Amino acid sequence: MRLPCPLCGDRDRREFYYQGHAVALDRPARDAGDGAWDDYLHNRDNIAGEVRDLWHHEAGCGAWIEVTRNTVTHVVSGARLVRGTAK
Amino acid sequence: MARLIANTPCAGLLPKTIGSVSLSEVDAGVVTLVAPFNGQQKAVSDALKSAIGVGFVAPNRCVGTSPRVMWCGMGQALVMGVDCPDLPAQCVDHSDAWAIVRIDGAGADAVLARLTPIDLRASVFKKGHTARTLIGHMTGGITRLGAQSFEVMVMRSMAATLVHELVQAAENMDARAGLSA
Repeated sequence: MRLPCPLCGDRDRREFYYQGHAVALDRPARDAGDGAWDDYLHNRDNIAGEVRDLWHHEAGCGAWIEVTRNTVTHVVSGARLVRGTAK
Repeated sequence: MARLIANTPCAGLLPKTIGSVSLSEVDAGVVTLVAPFNGQQKAVSDALKSAIGVGFVAPNRCVGTSPRVMWCGMGQALVMGVDCPDLPAQCVDHSDAWAIVRIDGAGADAVLARLTPIDLRASVFKKGHTARTLIGHMTGGITRLGAQSFEVMVMRSMAATLVHELVQAAENMDARAGLSA
């Protein structure tokens, strides 16, 4: 499996650390309520299809990237830098 | 008073020649890690260019010989072989922090291919290209200097492991060449 780092280009999966669903980029407001925070912290869908995941290019440029990947076809359709996108 | 003896990271380990490949240590002299402050990359590049003749580099690139500027991660570059000028950036002295080994000779790319997952083909990884990647289990950098000439660098604490890995890979490739001869 190879991931398209926006800075380094296609790189081997061994260079990356897997964080999980990119929901971490969408932090709810302080007063969003228990439901929203419960979802943000704990609840994840087990999606068959396109997922957005956070990966850290730890053995490379050090960037956090958001990779779009299909869990059914294993197609990696893109990646973008996380820097500057978090709210 | 204690007499301190300054040693290079690979002192006593290199140089070595194994088959067609030779390994030697590179003394990069003064090295400074430069990480431009937010929005200051162009200002840093301009200041570097006027002070040392080489600007801040694009990702995966290494420019100049001495001095030279080598990309080394997102928003970071190493300024090598010269005192770093005043810059609107976070500058950290990395002199003596890196073990840098030069690998030359026919098959140097094949030796490195045993240790790193990146694509080293000359059509993809050209002279002046550098990559942050894995070397064995270590995080480090690989830079192409010529057709069969590369520089491999890891933090100094891993110097002996780097030399061990390179020597092992070179011996394996040499032994394999001997079999088919």
